[in-house]
Amino acid sequence: MLVLLGAIIIMLFLGGFQAFSTFGIGFIWSDIWDPVSDEYGALVPIFGTLLTSILALIMAVPIAFGIAFYLTELAPDWFRRPVGIAVELLAAVPSIIYGMWGFFELVPILGQDIMPLLQDNTLDWPIFGTIFSGPTFGTGVLTAGIILAIMILPFIAATMRDVFMQVPAIYKESAYGLGATTWEVVRNVVIPYTRSSVVGGIMLGLGRALGETMAVTFVIGNANRLSASLFAPGNTIASLVALEFPEAQTGSLKLSALLAIGFILFVISFIVLAISRYLLRARVKG
Amino acid sequence: MAVYSATRDAGLARRRKVTDQVIKVLCVVATVIGLFFLAWILFTLFWRGFAGLNLQVFTEITRPPGQPGGLLNAIVGTLIQTAVGTAVGTPIGMMVGTYLAEYARGSALGNAVRFVSDILLSAPSILIGLFVYVLIVLNTGGFSAWAGSIALAIIVIPIVVRTTEDMLRLIPDTLREAAIGLGAPKWKMITFVCYRAAREGIITGIMLAVARVAGETAPLIFTSLGNLNWSLNMNAPMASLPITIYQYAGSAFQEWIELAWVGALLITVGVLTLNVMARYVVRGGAK
Repeated sequence: MLVLLGAIIIMLFLGGFQAFSTFGIGFIWSDIWDPVSDEYGALVPIFGTLLTSILALIMAVPIAFGIAFYLTELAPDWFRRPVGIAVELLAAVPSIIYGMWGFFELVPILGQDIMPLLQDNTLDWPIFGTIFSGPTFGTGVLTAGIILAIMILPFIAATMRDVFMQVPAIYKESAYGLGATTWEVVRNVVIPYTRSSVVGGIMLGLGRALGETMAVTFVIGNANRLSASLFAPGNTIASLVALEFPEAQTGSLKLSALLAIGFILFVISFIVLAISRYLLRARVKG
Repeated sequence: MAVYSATRDAGLARRRKVTDQVIKVLCVVATVIGLFFLAWILFTLFWRGFAGLNLQVFTEITRPPGQPGGLLNAIVGTLIQTAVGTAVGTPIGMMVGTYLAEYARGSALGNAVRFVSDILLSAPSILIGLFVYVLIVLNTGGFSAWAGSIALAIIVIPIVVRTTEDMLRLIPDTLREAAIGLGAPKWKMITFVCYRAAREGIITGIMLAVARVAGETAPLIFTSLGNLNWSLNMNAPMASLPITIYQYAGSAFQEWIELAWVGALLITVGVLTLNVMARYVVRGGAK
């Protein structure tokens, strides 16, 4: 296993070495991606990867928390199992299905109805006027964020539910005995008790969102430029690699650049996953 | 003064209750949103999938647009690559899992291996595809079903490692001590006692691994590439359902898009069935 992981890192680094050596460290923050003049920079896909993942977290975390709260504290017993299973099955659906569904169902609705609506109503608002600007194709960074949110929702919800259930009943009963409401019990007993695991679960979801390929590739719109608008098409590392790879010739600088951004993605997700493992492991030991 | 305090307390109690109610309602709404999306996705899938489902899907291979075609080559390709990937990955995963649970308890090397395995478990699958591309496709001179199967095997390994280790750890040490006490060497204890006791759990893990890789698309783009013709040659590019869905869904031809939905339905039903069956095995084993 160790050899395997080491080999993956080395292979990706060696593959991307040509690009790293050609463009130097500036590769990471150059926003040019121009196959015609054979110049490549990683800023746009890195930015897109982080932006879509963060959008997904903003949308998914509150909903996942609500589901976990509902399943552990509120739901009647007979209802817990089916909902729990449904959430877990949602996690098992292959990502390409989410991509297709997003492309054929979500994109038209967003493009024709929801995006224009958001745009019209926020025209004069200071920040929203910018991030909701531009033509409404339906594809773009925001759509990718929504699809990712739906995808990582079951992971985060399932982790949160599992750690919420680990809270000893006697702690909760003590709080209830003091007259606390359900919300107060969750806020003051359950959350402090499980904080690091909850963050670990969220990081695990983030790790998935960062590297998700197929779902994003369908809806991101594939454009290699920076844009302040969430409606604009963009690219993530994974979608760029999936989309441009078939056009890259063996031994070309472009292929090397793709492998180099793959290496960057590996480093980012390694850090996120390592933090998540660390936070989740602390709970198991304690 | 006492009166003032009483009204304030009543106000506080009301505020606490209202907050509690509001949050509860929000949580129910969140659950409804989650279930709503699940229902929406499944409904779309079944609606569009069944519309194009007929016998031809299983008897004909993919054809150019305009000609009646099916998905036979893609279905067979997915079956072959998933089977080979699982067959290669499972023994390795089981050996690593056994090492972690039986030989490397608490050792530094064991912890390092476990950590790496956990990272690989969640690592982006597209990177595994890129890795196999650099390692195998570039070195053997072309895309092949072998490369695809190996990429899938790399995804299978950490899943099997995790479940094997977890299941072996659930076995009480008294069982091991009993076997050792009877004079059994360690390898006999593991194969005859531990594996038997943990069988259901390990099978579940393998089934979940199969379910996971059957729907993988990203690693196959760079390895087995996809193939619109009939091919069983492991050294040549091979079709697979996810890749065919990917190519067809992005095409401009109505009949291709329809077939993509049929493929999506097939793969989802297969994956979900495996998941439900895996659950059933666990419950049967727990009795």
